[in-house]
Amino acid sequence: MTDVKQADPPAIEAQGLKVHFQTAAGLVRAVDGVDLTIPKGAFHGIVGESGCGKTTLARAIIGLQHATEGTVQINGRDRADWQKQDRKGFARAVQFIFQDPLGSMSRRQTVGQTLEEPLLIHSIGNASERKQRLAELLDLVALPATVLDRIPRSLSGGQRQRVSIARALALNPSLLICDEPLSALDVSVRAQIVNLFARLQAQLGLTIVIVAHDLAIVREVCSEVTVMYLGRVAEQGVTKPVFADPAHPYTQALLSAVPSPDPRIEAPRPRILLAGDPPSPRNPPPGCRFSTRCPVVEPQCRVTEPQLRPVAHSGQAACHLAAAESHAVI
Amino acid sequence: MNAPVYAVENLVIDLYTPSVSVRAVDGASFHVSPGETLAIVGESGSGKTVMTLGPLGLMPEGVAVDLRGTARADGRDILTLSPSELSALRGGFFGVIFQDPMSALNPMLKIGPQLASQAQKYAGLSAEAARKEAVSLLARSGIPDPEDRYDRYPHELSGGMLQRAMIALALAARPRVLIADEPTTALDATVQAQILALIRTIQKEDGIAVVLITHDIGAVSVLADRVIVLYAGQIAEEGTAIQVLTAPVHPYTRGLLASVPDFRSESATGTKEIPGIPPNQAQLMPGCRFADRCDMVQATCHSHRPRLQTVGLGDVPHRVACPVVIAAEGIVTHD
Ligand SMILES: Nc1ncnc2c1ncn2[C@@H]1O[C@H](COP(=O)(O)OP(=O)(O)OP(=O)(O)O)[C@@H](O)[C@H]1O
Ligand SMILES: Nc1ncnc2c1ncn2[C@@H]1O[C@H](COP(=O)(O)OP(=O)(O)O)[C@@H](O)[C@H]1O
Ligand code: SF4
Ligand code: SF4
Ligand SMILES: [Mg+2]
Ligand SMILES: [Mg+2]
Repeated sequence: MTDVKQADPPAIEAQGLKVHFQTAAGLVRAVDGVDLTIPKGAFHGIVGESGCGKTTLARAIIGLQHATEGTVQINGRDRADWQKQDRKGFARAVQFIFQDPLGSMSRRQTVGQTLEEPLLIHSIGNASERKQRLAELLDLVALPATVLDRIPRSLSGGQRQRVSIARALALNPSLLICDEPLSALDVSVRAQIVNLFARLQAQLGLTIVIVAHDLAIVREVCSEVTVMYLGRVAEQGVTKPVFADPAHPYTQALLSAVPSPDPRIEAPRPRILLAGDPPSPRNPPPGCRFSTRCPVVEPQCRVTEPQLRPVAHSGQAACHLAAAESHAVI
Repeated sequence: MNAPVYAVENLVIDLYTPSVSVRAVDGASFHVSPGETLAIVGESGSGKTVMTLGPLGLMPEGVAVDLRGTARADGRDILTLSPSELSALRGGFFGVIFQDPMSALNPMLKIGPQLASQAQKYAGLSAEAARKEAVSLLARSGIPDPEDRYDRYPHELSGGMLQRAMIALALAARPRVLIADEPTTALDATVQAQILALIRTIQKEDGIAVVLITHDIGAVSVLADRVIVLYAGQIAEEGTAIQVLTAPVHPYTRGLLASVPDFRSESATGTKEIPGIPPNQAQLMPGCRFADRCDMVQATCHSHRPRLQTVGLGDVPHRVACPVVIAAEGIVTHD
C-alpha cells in the first residue's frame, strides 16, 4: 500500500530468518534466509508449493516456532522481547489462524465458549459486556446467534472457518496471520470467506497475511504477494504487477500451471510444464535452488545463489536473469 | 458419437447409517463414450463419488445402500452382477484413480510388483511381460528412473509421484473407462498441471473414456468435453464444456462460475459469493434444492421439482433444470 505514512513501522519486518530442523535423516532447511517486510494495512499472500516452508515461516514470524537465525520485528518492536516482556499484550495484537480450524478448537466447547475464552483469559469485560462482544463478533463474520450453542464439529467447513476468524478477532488484533484458511473449503464457500477477509481488512484496518494455495484468489484479494521456493523468497511485490509480469521463472511456471476456468482461453494457451517435484529441503541444490527445474537455467545458476533484486514490476526477484533484464529496463 | 461404454440411467441412491438416511443421488443419468471426457462437477457431498462409483459396487464402508436405476457397461447390465463378477469388471473394464493414492496402493508392497500383478491378472500377461509392462507404465506416467522406482515402497514417493503411480496402477489392466475421482485435489498447482496433462495424453493415445470427478473448474476447463453439474444429488445442468462453462443457464452453475476468479480474463467478475450452504441431504425439502440460496427463486420453486429441459440442440444437448430462468430469459426449449 503506497499511502502508508513513512513514520509508521511495518507490521512485520523479518531479517535473515532461518528455521532448520535436526532430523534423523539430516538437517531440514525449512526456512533458509528470508527477508520480508509487510507494511501496516497490507493484505499479504504467501504462495508456493507444498513443503516450501510457508507454514514454518508464518509460525516463526509470530514465535510459535523457534528461529535458528534472524530477527523479527512486529509493529517496530523486537518480537522476542515483546513476547518476553508482555506475553498477553503480544497475544492481543497478533493472532494466528491454523491450517486446520477443528484441530485448534476443543471438542466439547460450544461456539459461545470458544469465542468467550480469549476474553476470559485476558479478563476483558463483565458477563454482559462479553455477551455484547460475542454478538458483535458474530455480526462481523456474519454468523447467526443460533450457532453459539452448537459445537464446532457440527458446523459446516465455512461456518467453522468463520468461528475461527471470529475468535481471532475477539481481542481486536492489529495483525492476523492465517495458514491456508481457504484450502479446505468448497469453491462457493471459499468466495464467501475471501470476501469476509477483504471486508474485515477494510473495516477494521487490519494487516492480514494469508498462506494460500489458490493463486487466482490471491490475485483477487491480496495487495501484495511473496512467492517462496525451497525455504527462500523467489519473488515478491505488489500482486497485480507481479501476476501481469512475473520476473522469476518459477513464478512464471507457477502462474502458467493455473488453468483458466474458460476453455476458450485455456485450450490455445501455451503452458510451461515443470518437470518433476521440488528437491528436498534436506539438500537444496547449490547455486539457485530452482536450477534443477528451471527451463532457462544457465551455467552460472548452478554456482552462484541469486539474491533478491529490484525487477521491472518494482518488486524483487531472486534470479540472475530477471535481475539482468530489469537493469536493461530501468 | 460413439456408443457409450458406461451408461447410467435414473439412478437413485439412498444411504442408511444407524443415525441418518441420506438421499445421496436422486434420479441422475449419465453416459460416457470411448475417447471422451465427461466431467462431473459439484461441491463436496453433492454425490459425485457415490453416483459414479456406486453402480460399480464401490460404496462407503459401514453404510447400508439402496440403489435403483440401470447401469450398463458395454451394454451389459451391471447392477445384476454378483459381487465377484463386479469385482472382476472393476479390475479390467474400469480403472479408478482415487483422491488419496494410499487407498489404492498397498503400503506394505513395493510399487512395481503391485502394477505387475494387476497387469498379469487383468491384461493376461506372463510374469516376465508383466514386469516389463509395469516399468513402461511407470515411465509413461511420468515417473523418472522407473527401473529404480519399481522397487520402492509407496512411502518413499512424493505426493505427485504417488498419484502418478496410481494412474499407472489404474492403467495396468488396460481399462476401457478411467474414472478419476478428484485426481489433483491434494496436489500443488504445478503437479496438478502435470497430472492433467498426463491424463489427457493417455486418453488421446488409448482412446479410452474418462470420467473426471472434481470441484475444480480449472481442471474441467483443461480436460472435459462434456460437463454435468450436480447439486445435492440432482443434475442442475449438463452440456458441452463450452456450453456449461461459457454460457451457463442454471443459477447454481452461474453462481459457481462467478465465484471462481480468472486472472487471465478481463471480463471475469472476481469472487462473487453464493450465499448459504448446500442443503442437508438427510432433510430434503420438496421443490428445487437450490431454492434456499437462489437469487431468482419464485414461490413455485419451493413446491415443484424442476426437470431437465433441453435449451440447446446439437451433438450434445444442453440441458438445464430451472424453468424460472428459462422463462425469464425467453430461452427456447426443445422437449
Ligand atoms: N517439526 C519439523 N521437523 C522436521 N521437518 C519439518 C518440521 N516442520 C516442517 N518440516 C519440514 O520443513 C519443510 C517446510 O514445511 P512447511 O510445513 O513449512 O511447508 P508448507 O510450505 O507450509 O507446506 P504445505 O503447503 O504442505 O502446508 C518441509 O520439508 C517439512 O517436511
Ligand atoms: N460413509 C458415509 N456415511 C454416510 N453418508 C455418506 C457417506 N459417504 C457419503 N455420504 C453421503 O452421501 C452424499 C454424497 O456423497 P459423495 O458422493 O461422497 O459426495 P462427493 O463425492 O460429491 O463429495 C453426501 O450427502 C454424503 O454425506
Ligand atoms: S537464477 Fe538461473 S536457474 Fe535460477 S531461476 Fe534464474 S535463470 Fe533459473
Ligand atoms: S428452480 Fe427456482 S430455486 Fe431452483 S434454480 Fe431455478 S429459480 Fe432458482
Ligand atoms: Mg503448510
Ligand atoms: Mg467425493
